[in-house]
Amino acid sequence: MSGFLSSSIARKFAMALSALFLIIFLIIHLTVNLTSVFSEDVFNQLSHFMGTNPLIQFGLQPVLIIGVIFHFVMGFVLEIRNKGARDVKYVNFKGAANSTWMSRNMIYSGLAILAFLVIHFIDFWLPEMNYKYIEGLPADATRYYEELQHKFVPIWRVAAYSVAFVLLALHLLHGFQSAFQSMGFNNKYSSFVKALGKWYSIIIPAGFIFVTLYHHFNH
Amino acid sequence: MNLTLKIWRQKDSKTKGQMVEYKVTDISEHMSFLEMMDVLNEQLVAKNEEPVAFDHDCREGICGMCSLHINGEAHGPDRGITTCQLHMRMFHDGETITIEPWRAKAFPVIKDLVVDRTAFERIQQAGGYISVNTSGNTQDANGIPISKHDADKAMDAAACIGCGACVASCKNSSAMLFVGAKVSQFALLPQGKVEATERVLNMVKQMDEEGFGNCTNTGACEVECPKGISLENIARMNREYLSASMKG
Repeated sequence: MSGFLSSSIARKFAMALSALFLIIFLIIHLTVNLTSVFSEDVFNQLSHFMGTNPLIQFGLQPVLIIGVIFHFVMGFVLEIRNKGARDVKYVNFKGAANSTWMSRNMIYSGLAILAFLVIHFIDFWLPEMNYKYIEGLPADATRYYEELQHKFVPIWRVAAYSVAFVLLALHLLHGFQSAFQSMGFNNKYSSFVKALGKWYSIIIPAGFIFVTLYHHFNH
Repeated sequence: MNLTLKIWRQKDSKTKGQMVEYKVTDISEHMSFLEMMDVLNEQLVAKNEEPVAFDHDCREGICGMCSLHINGEAHGPDRGITTCQLHMRMFHDGETITIEPWRAKAFPVIKDLVVDRTAFERIQQAGGYISVNTSGNTQDANGIPISKHDADKAMDAAACIGCGACVASCKNSSAMLFVGAKVSQFALLPQGKVEATERVLNMVKQMDEEGFGNCTNTGACEVECPKGISLENIARMNREYLSASMKG
């Protein structure tokens, strides 16, 4: 890695920037998902708009995919370098005495989220790409709600998604406030950011779990 | 108190080390941890064995020489202290205590519990200074008004004694709390503004070249720091670095 990203602080900053981008994306994703609980029509319309609008499909979607890939790749690069910075391990290392489990295990919660994303892409994104661009089937603005309900019939998928969202919550509990610190934000408003991060980390994953459970029990 | 000590013994930087078990008896709870180590070494010398090498100097919590990773924590289980200020009353009779050197690729072991911390010196040499004109026209530092808030923050950052506990306790062996403190103590004062751009760029570059890991904001360094250096200093260094990078 050369140029600006060869520095440790620049990598931190880039990691934080991609994290904040994904944090905003999660709010949009959950908002769309939640409409499915209240109105089949609104969910279908929003999904159709998201799936057919050229700006979203060919502008924002690639940016999102690049953002996700960058966040994971940079996470792995940093983890490998950080592991290499201690060539001889401690016989006794009490990490729990001075830091949270979430902060020390971001790589593992991140890996679990990555595994979830693979399943999520196979479940929703790949069939969608197949429908639109490979089979080239006619646009149907009413199909999305039914497809969503159908996906959450098997309990194993609901369970897998719920576990992934719990790990997402753990990842965010450290990641949210950590992103601000990495970008140099540490001042009198930091306690507010930490509190906001805690609420966000609980409410957003809980919202996703609620939607999966709702469709499992109401199909 | 009677104690079992498991201590890292390593002949020199090239030899592989290992944990070796020792027994010490009649240790007073009022002793400092280093005095307990002195007792052990007297026992070893009496038995014609090699004493355990460990760093120490002032024994007043000021110099930053004493290190030791005790029972899994830098400077042991107490807070806001160096190892010379750690008292044996923090342990109980019959306890087994593990004692290891700071572990970081950038801090290679020289012998037993002594590590080479000159990586910190090289980071300081890269920019941890200010240039003052000493031609006779030097402005009196007290003649430059500085807000109480900034002066206090600079003083807090300058309290760093460079012991390396931040590196030792960080799961990534990151030195960002140390470098953040050294950058901050100058960045907050007018005397430090002149070389601010080059300072942060050069010090961070040197830090990266030394092989320290990257900060992931676990906060372990702040908890274990004997001088209470705040994570706020790392955030300030990040801001200074990003701003300096923009300027080129």
